[in-house]
Amino acid sequence: MSEIALPTRVALVGNPNSGKTALFNALTGSRQKVANYPGVTVERKEGVVVTPAGLAVRLIDLPGTYSLRARSLDEIVTRDMVLGKLAGEDAPRLLVCVADSTNLRLALRLVLELKRVGRPMILALNMFDIARHRGFDIDLDRLSIELGIPVVSSVAVRRGGTRDLLARIDEVISERGLPQGLVATEGTWSEPNAAELRAAQREADRILDAAVRMPGRPDSITRRIDSIVLHPVLGLVILMAILFLMFQAVFAWAQAPMDLIKSGFDGLGAWAGILLPQGWLLSFVRDGVISGLGSVLVFLPQILTLFFFILLLEDFGYMARAAFLMDRIMGGAGLHGRAFIPLLSSFACAIPGIMATRVIASRRGRLVTILVAPLMTCSARIPVYTLIIAAFVPARTVLGWFNLQGLVMFGLYAAGIAGALGMSWVFNRLLWRRDPSDPFMLELPDYKRPVLKNLALGLLQRGQIFLHRAGTTIFAMMVVIWFLCSVPPAPADATLLAINYSLAARIGQAMEPVLRPVGFNWQIDVALVPGMAAREVAVAALGTVYAIEGAGDKSDELGRTLTAHWSLATALALLAWYVFAPQCAATLGVVRRETNSWKWTLFLFSYMLALAYLAAFVTYHTAVWLGAG
Amino acid sequence: MPAAARIAGDDTPSGAAQSLGAAAVGFKGRIRAVRVRTGDHGLSAAELERRLIELGFVEGARVAVLHQGLFGRDPIAVRVNETTVALRRREAAAILVEPDGG
Repeated sequence: MSEIALPTRVALVGNPNSGKTALFNALTGSRQKVANYPGVTVERKEGVVVTPAGLAVRLIDLPGTYSLRARSLDEIVTRDMVLGKLAGEDAPRLLVCVADSTNLRLALRLVLELKRVGRPMILALNMFDIARHRGFDIDLDRLSIELGIPVVSSVAVRRGGTRDLLARIDEVISERGLPQGLVATEGTWSEPNAAELRAAQREADRILDAAVRMPGRPDSITRRIDSIVLHPVLGLVILMAILFLMFQAVFAWAQAPMDLIKSGFDGLGAWAGILLPQGWLLSFVRDGVISGLGSVLVFLPQILTLFFFILLLEDFGYMARAAFLMDRIMGGAGLHGRAFIPLLSSFACAIPGIMATRVIASRRGRLVTILVAPLMTCSARIPVYTLIIAAFVPARTVLGWFNLQGLVMFGLYAAGIAGALGMSWVFNRLLWRRDPSDPFMLELPDYKRPVLKNLALGLLQRGQIFLHRAGTTIFAMMVVIWFLCSVPPAPADATLLAINYSLAARIGQAMEPVLRPVGFNWQIDVALVPGMAAREVAVAALGTVYAIEGAGDKSDELGRTLTAHWSLATALALLAWYVFAPQCAATLGVVRRETNSWKWTLFLFSYMLALAYLAAFVTYHTAVWLGAG
Repeated sequence: MPAAARIAGDDTPSGAAQSLGAAAVGFKGRIRAVRVRTGDHGLSAAELERRLIELGFVEGARVAVLHQGLFGRDPIAVRVNETTVALRRREAAAILVEPDGG
């Protein structure tokens, strides 16, 4: 047998919105995997392509960029990969620069810059069909001569649309007479200054004039849609309507699969109860592993539904418009327009929201977004909110047709949003008073018809990332919390349930003097400890502490018990607490990873705790003063 | 960098030049110069200048102001040759433009 050669590595580079990822999907199909580059939180997408000649090629999809002058984490990875400087990664053998055929001006400048790296390169003119349809006349040969590299057309969304590109890749790899521009030369890339950038753009403009004849007017469909969705007033109304529909769908569509997952894990727990003897092992498997994983996985349907909409709107080209519409509104609070999608995702769960902040170039803008994202009302708060509201807030109509319970729920959401905007404002004033905020500059791409395959692959990846997280960080946290709730075991003559004798109970009781001023009794304090696993676990924990068997299914009964034991002031204080409290170990784990700093994680925990305490304190005493004590 | 290099490409006869940052929706013209004054952008003048160039804001480029936000008429969506870019008026102020036929 001959030696097994490592597959050749080919990197895809290109401007944002060049259809690079669609091309990557077309080439690799489902043979791709997403991971992180070691040490940085940039997604690394790699897939395998088999060329017509039968060669296996490892294709790497690099984050989109306008230049090798990197600013964001994403762009640094692109630059270092292209230059072959990325730790633990070999330099790619070949660069494929992907360009949107209808928007070549900026892409050609990038090609000229990439040429200075001295690596073999092919230019793929993507979306060639759209360009032709719109009346572009592109002379591929002339372009190839001017640029000194092979130029091929490609259509990522059509079968066979990548044939030319693959054939070219084959030629390069098999080294059958390397054409001009495909021989690796000594790289001479250095960061260009403004004058060099101007010169390069002038050269790109000259090449464009020589090789491409453009239609006189821009895409009329994009123009027509924009005249409506970017209208100063109507645009905002449409955005709000889209968001409203999105949340309706998140809650309506996700309910059935969530119930299924929940009953699945309940069944698994019951099954474990039959298989394993009573004792700590059963407790660990059932109450630690199974219910721990279940309490996180139950959010998967909501996260996937939300991401379905986000990916759909992103593929269509709307998300950049949403950032445009929201920029000034969020900018008032010191947030970047690009913080919009991360904060939106945080309504499902702060974890994907915090991970989505990677698109924000400035460290400060990204950090502020990470710090306030957990204040958005995530879906784990909903079970806690509904339990307490149903038990304590009468279901009567106020002000004509508003349901009081619904109003309280709305108020809690509004408090979360106000808290996030307010804290962002405070952080920007206190922490970064000196430097003004980062500029907002974003390309608004032409609208494109979303492609089902890209949507499906994107959704699959989101799911995988979340499951991976749930399987590692979150799972570890769950085990720690199980340990706190089960050790030491209850004595033989125990009259109360086991949790009452555990470390969690001791922590809860130790917290009592601290939390008494906000109206919490020791039972609430104990429930807060397992509530660190995920907020909604506190509901089950309350049931346990108040010794209600199967409290999860009998929330009515738990509600009645709570009304007997708590005053209205205490209930309202607990609601206020949950709006702000950093009650989610998994979020803290993700913040630690994404900021790469314990200091900021601790800061996040402390400020949210302080805010929660303050909110609960004010709520409790106001309520008592109003006679609800 | 000498001033001459900074306004390279500025070969149009001097007409009624104005800042893109102050242009109204419907404005159409060409870029005469990109000159960033120091301060207040969150990054250095040289860096902002390079970012603007990378998005296509170079001397001679055709520009049209297409849309603006509701609050403070900010940000603006600008057509630069074949690309549409959203940016705030504060940054657009660095771009000196000349109206068509002006």
